[in-house]
Amino acid sequence: MKKIKNTAGLQTLRQTLLEAQDPEMPVVRVCLGPGCLALGAEKVARAFKSAVRNKKIKARVQPLIKGTGCHGFCSQGTLVSLSPANLFYVRVKPEDVAEIVATSLEQGRTVERLLYSDNGARYRSAAEIPFYRAQQKIILKNVGIIDPLDINDALMAGGYQSLAKVLTEMSPEEVLKTVEVSGLRGRGGGGFPTGYKWRRAADNARENPGPVYVIANGEEGDPGAFMDRSIMEGDPHKVIEGMIIGAYALGANQGYLFVRHEYPLAIHHFSIALRQARNRGLLGKNILGSGFDFDLQINRGAGAYVCGEETAIIASLEGRAGEPRTRPPYPAQEGLWGRPTVINNVETWANVPHIMEKGADWYTGLGVPHSTGTKIFSLVGKVKNTGLVEVPMGISLGALVEGIGGGVPGQTHFKAVQTGGPSGGIIPYELKEIFTDYHYHPEEFIAAKKEISVDFDSMAQTGSIMGGGGMIVMDDHDCVVDVARYFLRFLEEESCGKCLPCRLGLKGMLEFLNRFARGQGSPEDIDALESLGQALVDGSLCGLGRAAPNPVLTSIRFFRDEYLAHIVDHKCPAGVCRDLISYQIDPETCNGCGLCAQECPEACITGKKKKLFTIGQEACIRCGVCQDVCPVQAVQVA
Amino acid sequence: MNAKKESKKPPKDNLVHFSIDGRRVQAQPDWTILETARAHRLHIPTLCFHPAIHPWGSCRLCVVETRLNDKVEVTASCLTKPVAGLEVLTHSSRVMNVRRWVLEMLLAECPASREIKELAAQYGVTSTRFAILDPEEECLKCGRCVAVCHEVVGVQALTFGSRGVAKKLETPYRVPNNACIGCGCCVSVCPTGALQARLDTVRGDLSRRTGHGFAH
Ligand SMILES: Cc1cc2nc3c(=O)[nH]c(=O)nc-3n(C[C@H](O)[C@H](O)[C@H](O)COP(=O)(O)O)c2cc1C
Ligand code: SF4
Ligand code: FES
Ligand code: FES
Repeated sequence: MKKIKNTAGLQTLRQTLLEAQDPEMPVVRVCLGPGCLALGAEKVARAFKSAVRNKKIKARVQPLIKGTGCHGFCSQGTLVSLSPANLFYVRVKPEDVAEIVATSLEQGRTVERLLYSDNGARYRSAAEIPFYRAQQKIILKNVGIIDPLDINDALMAGGYQSLAKVLTEMSPEEVLKTVEVSGLRGRGGGGFPTGYKWRRAADNARENPGPVYVIANGEEGDPGAFMDRSIMEGDPHKVIEGMIIGAYALGANQGYLFVRHEYPLAIHHFSIALRQARNRGLLGKNILGSGFDFDLQINRGAGAYVCGEETAIIASLEGRAGEPRTRPPYPAQEGLWGRPTVINNVETWANVPHIMEKGADWYTGLGVPHSTGTKIFSLVGKVKNTGLVEVPMGISLGALVEGIGGGVPGQTHFKAVQTGGPSGGIIPYELKEIFTDYHYHPEEFIAAKKEISVDFDSMAQTGSIMGGGGMIVMDDHDCVVDVARYFLRFLEEESCGKCLPCRLGLKGMLEFLNRFARGQGSPEDIDALESLGQALVDGSLCGLGRAAPNPVLTSIRFFRDEYLAHIVDHKCPAGVCRDLISYQIDPETCNGCGLCAQECPEACITGKKKKLFTIGQEACIRCGVCQDVCPVQAVQVA
Repeated sequence: MNAKKESKKPPKDNLVHFSIDGRRVQAQPDWTILETARAHRLHIPTLCFHPAIHPWGSCRLCVVETRLNDKVEVTASCLTKPVAGLEVLTHSSRVMNVRRWVLEMLLAECPASREIKELAAQYGVTSTRFAILDPEEECLKCGRCVAVCHEVVGVQALTFGSRGVAKKLETPYRVPNNACIGCGCCVSVCPTGALQARLDTVRGDLSRRTGHGFAH
């Protein structure tokens, strides 16, 4: 690989690469994102490759097989797209490969049965599918399209063009100004204005000359979230480019990619991307002949949730235990090795090249005032289309969950969404009605609009947070007490234990919830739990403890009735909390097959074949096996 | 980055002027809120703070409410530096809520400590709703001993092992530590006397106790 000497060289190389492309060359893109991999995408990719290698294909030109990052529509994996035919196949199994090769690659026809269909409509290309149509892919534009292991692919897709522009046309001050004006806010959860953070670091470095560092936070500790993972795996060069631009603005010569250990593929893709970028002269000494030096190093996070906190990351990089310390001083004041340090989330960095390319004005045109640009969400839970979506900030919650997500299967609307990961909140579908029922709600929010707008400030007003972008959709069969308990259990394990409120308080809160889930406790206990939660919010040292009570506090605020149902009526309305439900066999429906009696691990179901079976409630452990095996759905939760 | 913004024109005396519970106070430029309060003989309860070591911020007993313009925060006074015009409240309802819960937790964390019982009683906290794991325990993991050993004595004979609720005061690798010079600084800074009973699990070779094994 030849070094690119200057920006003109970059353009020439890109031109040469593009001209060498044969527009008729068939390209098969197999999604190798986390969702599809779990569904066997690797076998599909291998099947395509061996089909090509074995020269079984009689097409004019040999097709190119590309493995890509997550394409987004994970619930339909494995996804395979074909260009230039512009075909999009879903749920592809290795067995389907031969047919795709024979029909689409050799004869140019469509395999109808592998197209995505919904409500009777069939969609040939991804762009037509409602799930994709309502999205606005900017950060994810290349993810799922380019081969992340080939820098040439990134270069052809416009990679490092912003860097070239910045290095030749913009001063560091202009870059800073542009980020400030763009209104970009941190995507790592807090939504802190990025330009302000950079400005502080630059000012501090000027007052106190010496090295400055930039860090990308790729810890992504939220269970179930994979936004950052998809960017790192699918388009690592975008993050690298953003960091070089940031380093240029801040005068940093060294940066760190802090990636969690559980993301080996992201680490692998980054290391290849770094090597290729270095070989191309895009990283290292005298980048693109500009005289600016910058290099990046990958560091693995050991994977504790709290290690995603910025001061804990800095501690890890310095070789100390990954425990947070109090802020201020903020990293922009005293960060790595006591020097001004800018630490931003991976997605935040990936925004930077786009802002430089198209300008701050373009960026503020996306989204809403105070929350500009787009945001990536991982949409999971009780929703038809699960996957990775990118939407403009300020989209309504309904449009996101019901429009793009396709709503809850079999129900008219969703019950609630849990946003922002374990430290986020649970927001009900009918927020407006609930807001007027209780007395402690922000007035302006009621007046604003019925639909909850998904942006930093509106989310904060509900008591939840935008967080990293996890969005779990809940329906009537999800119990809020149980969900709050799940997240609290996670956080209790993840607490570093340095400060008392978090170390013991989370355990205490969990004890309250455990009692509630057993139907014990009094309404006063709910108030006590709320005040304990508030003590953690106010008293904890770092963001983990300060945000940990959010799921509990928001669920009490919006679903107090459900809590009361557990405590006062000893009922779990959603039918989840084991101690509060019983399984009954409906005599009308039971056909006496006896399957349940065979499967019951406690052997507490009795009855005669072809007659009615009944569950002995005393011995029943409420495992639900009978309900799962009953062929006629006679087992019901009461 | 809502950090301190020194007022544009610092008063001639170079002090930071702010208020604690309505009283005007002045801080030297590098003082924390707690240090300022102490200098003015205003009481804020503390446990993990000790003047000989860097503040660690683990006990959270010293929290205060701070107000500046419309920004209201609850923060640890032992770590926070004041800014000009700051209003500090040491007994607001949010502060007292944290303090009472912390004391209730402490009653469960170190039920054997007389000091903690007395302190809690001063705030009307006499029983705890938290589960007591070890009725004999006195250590509250405040971190004073670890810090004094490292920062003042200059060795690292003590550390915290495990994390979360399992966090424990230990010697590195859980073996008696030869780095320990048996000075007893840890014992003297321990707010509850928990270290008294543990010192023997810290010190290494017997020869060190008699003193003749010091020089390597
Ligand atoms: C307990 C805790 C966990 C965090 N985990 C992450 C994480 O996994 N990824 C991340 O980008 N930021 C995480 N953060 C936020 C970081 O501390 C930091 O604010 C962020 O990386 C700053 O980048 P941004 O301004 O681009 O959002 C976490 C914060 C806390 C308190
Ligand atoms: S809040 Fe929790 S995670 Fe943060 S420092 Fe305190 S104990 Fe550690
Ligand atoms: S992993 Fe393939 S679409 Fe998400
Ligand atoms: S004295 Fe301030 S946190 Fe312990």
